[in-house]
Amino acid sequence: MKVGVLALQGAFREHAEALAALGADVALVKRPEELDSVDAIVLPGGESTTIDKLLDSSELRAPLTRRLRDGLPAFATCAGLILCATEVIDGRTDQSPLGVLDLTVRRNGYGRQRESFEASLAVRGLADGDFPGIFIRAPVVERVGPDVEVLAEFDGVPVLGRAHDLWFASFHPELSGDLRLHQLFVNEVC
Amino acid sequence: MADERTTGTARVKRGLAEMLRGGVIMDVVDAQQAKIAEDAGAVAVMALERVPSDIRRDGGVARMSDPSMIEGIQKAVTVPVMAKCRIGHFAEAQVLQALGVDYVDESEVLTPADEAHHVDKWRFTVPFVCGATNLGEALRRIGEGACLIRSKGEAGTGNIVEAVRHLRSILGDIERLKVGRSEERYAWAKELRAPVELVEEVAARGELPVPLFCAGGIATPADAALVMQLGAQSVFVGSGIFKSSDPSKRARAIVEATTHYEDADIVAKVSRGLGEAMRGEEIGTLDVKLAERGW
Repeated sequence: MKVGVLALQGAFREHAEALAALGADVALVKRPEELDSVDAIVLPGGESTTIDKLLDSSELRAPLTRRLRDGLPAFATCAGLILCATEVIDGRTDQSPLGVLDLTVRRNGYGRQRESFEASLAVRGLADGDFPGIFIRAPVVERVGPDVEVLAEFDGVPVLGRAHDLWFASFHPELSGDLRLHQLFVNEVC
Repeated sequence: MADERTTGTARVKRGLAEMLRGGVIMDVVDAQQAKIAEDAGAVAVMALERVPSDIRRDGGVARMSDPSMIEGIQKAVTVPVMAKCRIGHFAEAQVLQALGVDYVDESEVLTPADEAHHVDKWRFTVPFVCGATNLGEALRRIGEGACLIRSKGEAGTGNIVEAVRHLRSILGDIERLKVGRSEERYAWAKELRAPVELVEEVAARGELPVPLFCAGGIATPADAALVMQLGAQSVFVGSGIFKSSDPSKRARAIVEATTHYEDADIVAKVSRGLGEAMRGEEIGTLDVKLAERGW
């Protein structure tokens, strides 16, 4: 079981380190042939408009969309969540999300860096207390489709959830030093 | 009642730097250039009135940009917007924070405002990036609260040699520190003029406690690939893009080369037909070395 981390840009190293600490077989994915060999993938935070362009120039958009549609388990955080959404508000007009996760996000919906924040999150089904949520120019989930199971909310807005094997977080579990969400993902999909 | 949130924590401030990894931050002087940069895939833009090569040519005192110019750029793009304050000029930094810029660069490219002190960056909610030519300088800036370090290079020259020297100096000293014995760290701290706690942290981690990016002299996709292979985690490109003959194409090429820095076939592919690079200058002919500013 090999877990890939999309490594075009952003916080891919922190995800790879978290997964490796849990004993997963981790592979960085920058090229189509590297995507072929993975059994699950993490779509990290970063700058969503940059990653969106690099998906095209690296010829990863079509194969990644196909594999996600075919049920490749995935954990999409922050910019990764924006990439997966069916609808993006306040994005660039040429930004084309993969449309594999039925929800609507508002880019930078929590504001600029000045407004970025930490908050304790109560996560359904997670033992040992709240999870430290780190929100950095984070997207706001404004609508979720009927298949989405919400696992945590902040101010009444979904911030963590899953639609079958596609997990999403609008915050950054990879920056928290707390491995419980990565563990949950690995346990469920591996 | 709203759920409780805490802004301006070290994790939140350093976290944005983590999000910029593997990307290109581009200097822009107006909204139109900012759009070109964002279209090309920049992870952030640096708003300033003149690119470093023009500051170098024009001389005089270089200051923080006009707020209306920064706001114009904030309106034009959705990526993070950075802006520069003078070294030690905490009032300019306060203005930039009030404007809502996403990162403040306390920069040697502007004329220093204080000959002994940098800004106390812990007092700010907005994160700061600072330049460094060696490990001691980097650790002093981190001690003052910088959340991101960029090797200085020599801005506005289009000459990569200083950037390479500064990166090799910082990363080489980290390697030496890592393999040294524990009692040597006190001597390192003295020699580097840096807090011993930070020296200990670097020795334990084998890297700086904040991301290390590279700036000052990057003009081609291969320049970006070079400094990324040396160990930079992202690149700042100043004059190198908008002083070239085809900024849009060169910007896209540098973005791709920064992602695929280990893949020479891709760097070769994107390097073709970019037109003229910025002219560039020999370091030995310069009247002013910007990298020597800062203490």
